[in-house]
Amino acid sequence: MGGEMIEDADAEVLSSMWPVDIGNEARKQFNIENPGMGRDMLKDVTIKEDPSVVDFKRLLELTNYSEKGSSQLAYLVKHWQYKHVNTARLINEELDILNKQRQEVELKKQEILEEHQFEEERYTGSRRQLSVLDEVCDIWGRVPKRRNDVLAYNKKLDIDAEYGTVIYWKERAIQLDKMLEASIHREQTLMQKLQETIKNLETKSSPVEELSQILKRADNFLHFILQTAPVVIGHQDKELRYRFIYNHFPSLEGEEIIGKTDVEIFDGDGVKEIQDFKREVLERGLPAKREMTFDTPLFGAKTFLIYVEPVFSKEGEKIGVNYMGMDVTDQVAKREKMVKLREEMAVQKAKETELNRTIHITEETMRAKQMLATMSHEIRSPLTGVVSMAEILSTTKLDKEQRHLLDVMLSSGDLVLQLINDILDLSKVESGAMKLEATKFRPREVVRHVLQTAAASLKKNLTLEGHVGDEVPVEARVIGDVLRIRQILTNLISNAIKFTHEGKVGINLDVVSEKYPGFREEQLKVRSGASVSPLTRQSADSSSERQSCNDRETSHCPSSQENIDENGIILQRASLIDDEQDNHSQHENIVWLRCDVYDTGIGIPEKALPSLFRKYMQASADHARKYGGTGLGLAICKQLVGLMGGNLTVTSQENHGSTFTFILPFKVLLKQDSGSADEMDISDGEAVAVSTKDEIVGSFLFKPRKLIDSVVRKTKLYRSCNYGALGTSNQLSEESDLFSSNYESKKSASPPGVSANSDARCSMAEAEGPAEQNCDIKVYGFGNANKRDEECTDAKQGFTVHKFDNSNMDHCRIKKIDQSECERMMSADGDNMAISDKCHPTCQSQGHDKENGNAQCLPNSRSPKILLVEDNKINVMVAQTMMKQLGHKIDVVNNGLEAIRALQHFHYDLILMDVYMPVMDGLQATRLIRSFEEHGCWDASVVIRDEHATPRSDLSPYYPAAGQCRKRIPIIAMTANAITESAADCLASGMDSFISKPVTFQNLRQCLQQYLPC
Amino acid sequence: MPPPLCSRVLLSHPFSPMSLMALREQLNMLVNSMYIEGLLDQQFQQLQMLQDASSPGFVAEVITLFCEDAERILTELTKLVDQAVVEFQKVDAYVHQLKGSSSSVGAQNVKLACIQFRQFCEENNKDGCLNALNVVKHHYYLLRNKFDTMLQLEQRIQAYDSKQQN
Repeated sequence: MGGEMIEDADAEVLSSMWPVDIGNEARKQFNIENPGMGRDMLKDVTIKEDPSVVDFKRLLELTNYSEKGSSQLAYLVKHWQYKHVNTARLINEELDILNKQRQEVELKKQEILEEHQFEEERYTGSRRQLSVLDEVCDIWGRVPKRRNDVLAYNKKLDIDAEYGTVIYWKERAIQLDKMLEASIHREQTLMQKLQETIKNLETKSSPVEELSQILKRADNFLHFILQTAPVVIGHQDKELRYRFIYNHFPSLEGEEIIGKTDVEIFDGDGVKEIQDFKREVLERGLPAKREMTFDTPLFGAKTFLIYVEPVFSKEGEKIGVNYMGMDVTDQVAKREKMVKLREEMAVQKAKETELNRTIHITEETMRAKQMLATMSHEIRSPLTGVVSMAEILSTTKLDKEQRHLLDVMLSSGDLVLQLINDILDLSKVESGAMKLEATKFRPREVVRHVLQTAAASLKKNLTLEGHVGDEVPVEARVIGDVLRIRQILTNLISNAIKFTHEGKVGINLDVVSEKYPGFREEQLKVRSGASVSPLTRQSADSSSERQSCNDRETSHCPSSQENIDENGIILQRASLIDDEQDNHSQHENIVWLRCDVYDTGIGIPEKALPSLFRKYMQASADHARKYGGTGLGLAICKQLVGLMGGNLTVTSQENHGSTFTFILPFKVLLKQDSGSADEMDISDGEAVAVSTKDEIVGSFLFKPRKLIDSVVRKTKLYRSCNYGALGTSNQLSEESDLFSSNYESKKSASPPGVSANSDARCSMAEAEGPAEQNCDIKVYGFGNANKRDEECTDAKQGFTVHKFDNSNMDHCRIKKIDQSECERMMSADGDNMAISDKCHPTCQSQGHDKENGNAQCLPNSRSPKILLVEDNKINVMVAQTMMKQLGHKIDVVNNGLEAIRALQHFHYDLILMDVYMPVMDGLQATRLIRSFEEHGCWDASVVIRDEHATPRSDLSPYYPAAGQCRKRIPIIAMTANAITESAADCLASGMDSFISKPVTFQNLRQCLQQYLPC
Repeated sequence: MPPPLCSRVLLSHPFSPMSLMALREQLNMLVNSMYIEGLLDQQFQQLQMLQDASSPGFVAEVITLFCEDAERILTELTKLVDQAVVEFQKVDAYVHQLKGSSSSVGAQNVKLACIQFRQFCEENNKDGCLNALNVVKHHYYLLRNKFDTMLQLEQRIQAYDSKQQN
């Protein structure tokens, strides 16, 4: 009973007793079960006690001196005291009870004795009255009824005898005697028990024993909990020497740790840091947490989360630190991985967004550019028609006013053409479609020609000068795209002239030191940084350069700039290139040419410089109004220079002039013996004879107004030189100018080349004007054009050079077309003589259809010629009959390819084209025809197939005169299903209109009325 | 524009014998019934319009050509469609031809069937093609019978014409 109570109290106290060091409030952080149960539970658990190493002396010290230790100890003592006070209280209580019982018993005894005394007195003396208060004065009732069994004494005596008799009293006396005896006995027992209890109390465990038991239990629990936890718990003294350590990673013996500092025990990364950290905590007196990474030979690389708290003595002095570490290596690794992943994702996402935006912008830009290019292209074709018609018109007899109007018309047309050409050039460079030629040329001749050209059209009082450095290679050993270089120079010079009102304009050409490595690197840097074009040619890479150069020379692309002359000896050249390739490895060198174009003009304001090379940018709106121009010229120059691997820069001083400088790398062939073969390749437009004569000249000077009157003819000559510069075969035009002087020598030098050349010239002449085969006439034709140019400049000063160049460009295109046509024919056939026959226009009547032949010879004949392209016999029959009723005779072919063949041989005023046909459908055929009309040459596939598939030696090809060639033949589609989609296809392919099938009389007649105005 | 065939003929020969008139009536009836049945459409009128003194047998000529062409194509198609692996592109090309021809002569039903046929070709649907071919054939033979009758009538009319001219 009593023991039970003690147990209760014990448990109650324990719950709040431990651990005291976590806080003064009794938080239930450390609950231990009842010892009995706890033992049972822990019995199965093996507790390794090894990991914890304790310096007991220190522990004692700690408990004695540190506040925490002492408070803990105090609490333990207090608890013990309480417990014992409690026990004492309970014992006292028990004693009290016993005492009370004894008192009662004694009282009772006395009462009985009194009673008996009274009885005896009654017996002897006077009889006293029985107390009536017997029942009332019940003292037992006043005694707290703590025990039921105690109350059992208060029993009525049960006596059988009659009250008042002697027997009764005797009986009663005996009974009471017995009760007293029993009471005394009980008292004795209780006394005995009390003695026993007191004895027990004395022999019960000492406080130390109990404390140590409790501690042991707590310790066991701690071990049980901590045995697998990746933690290190330790206590270090003021000098940071270990006094206690519990280590999950037991690899050190106690004596190795106790009394040592971290630094003494471990070495490696992080040890010093943790020591510093602990010291810091110790100094600051505040607990702190930190994550630390260790890399010790003992543990390897591990990351710990360290908690360090300072320990204070009772006096408040710091006496050491407790520290706890948990291995969080995996978590940290995971976390870092996550962070890294997140970072990567963020970066990836950002990149993606950026990329998407770039792609979007690029696509938009490309689309816009493509659109612009397409539009320009589309505009150019009809515009060319307008301008060329106007040109033809200008050759007719006109009165003064008409001529004036026509001149304005032509100059306006030329302006628009120039703009469109510029746009096309630019988009060509930007899209990477611009291909550079690699041909040998003579730089000083180029400079001279550009200046001559400029001088020829000069209308201002300006001096044009040129200076070429002595080191600049004299002979034709420099390799580059001379056409583009001329374009750049011409553009810059014309700009200079445009913005210069007095003084001089000039070109300086010098060699930049070959051994100038820094410069070159800088150049390359500039190029890559400026991102001038997607197709930046690495001039330094001589092998690839050689390769591409070679590719170009051996392949016959339609836009090839090769001379007719070269075609004649094409095989020779190919072999020559092979030779060269071998030689080049030893004989070529890079030379950087620096070219300055300077003027004494109005200059460029500094703020306009950054945007100077941007498209559609002019120095200011005022300039644009005053001087005109598109603002594309410099952008093109810049891009072209960049494309060639150089850089275009400008320095300028307002009102004093500007200097545009570009430095370009060129390959230079070292001296070789194959002199004659070399000369053949020169593409700078100067005949051999001239070059040998002039090559010593290093400076040119063109005084104002000097040339104009004296040598009109010469002016023309130089202009036609310029044609070469701007995109056509130079040598050819050169040839035509110097025809009389050079023809003989040329002929003797290379007979096959010349024969081809003369043929080409003839065909060119045809292109120039109807039925003109005479070379002299052709030259006059040029003269006419030029004259017109000059007059135009009278009317509108300021655009002089630009416009002039442009009209040249336009002419060039026409010529080029015819040449490349011939060229292809030649290369396909390989027989120069046969070609020369073919090139001559003939009006032979056709074997199978005489009428056609006649119509062809008489292009102005009243009855229009109609071609029906249709594969379905019935459709053909119906259409033919309908046309017959309408009074037209038609030619019929069965597919697109046949239609093209027919067109190659005859002229037609109208084509009715089925869309869906075998071999070649109507859309493709139309596209090819339109392309021919524009470029003047058939697509290679058509031509070659024509040559091989149907050799018609009996048919001489008919090449229409320039005017007719440019004329757009109306092509009417005949579509089986006239839904809008296919109609759109037809129109997109270049068809003019469409008739839905089946063809009806009405449709056909309407169509003919619309497209055959006669 | 020349007037339509029938009226012109009637006008130019107001006093022709009854048998001729009857023949023409019969021809007109036939053609009209063919229009009504959808065998022919307006395009056939175009053909009739094209027939004049300079080309008296034009309609007959076109129809004969059409029939020859159509039969050749149908033979080819039957071969192609019967094959295990149908070359739909070839089939399509032939059907296209037939469609072109039939639309030119105004053979409306055949043309429509051809359009259906081409759709099956595009879908590479063999069964559909087989069915469509049958439909085309059905329409074609129907038309051909009528054409035969028509041509006979035409011949007889022309025989009368030439007799009258003589």
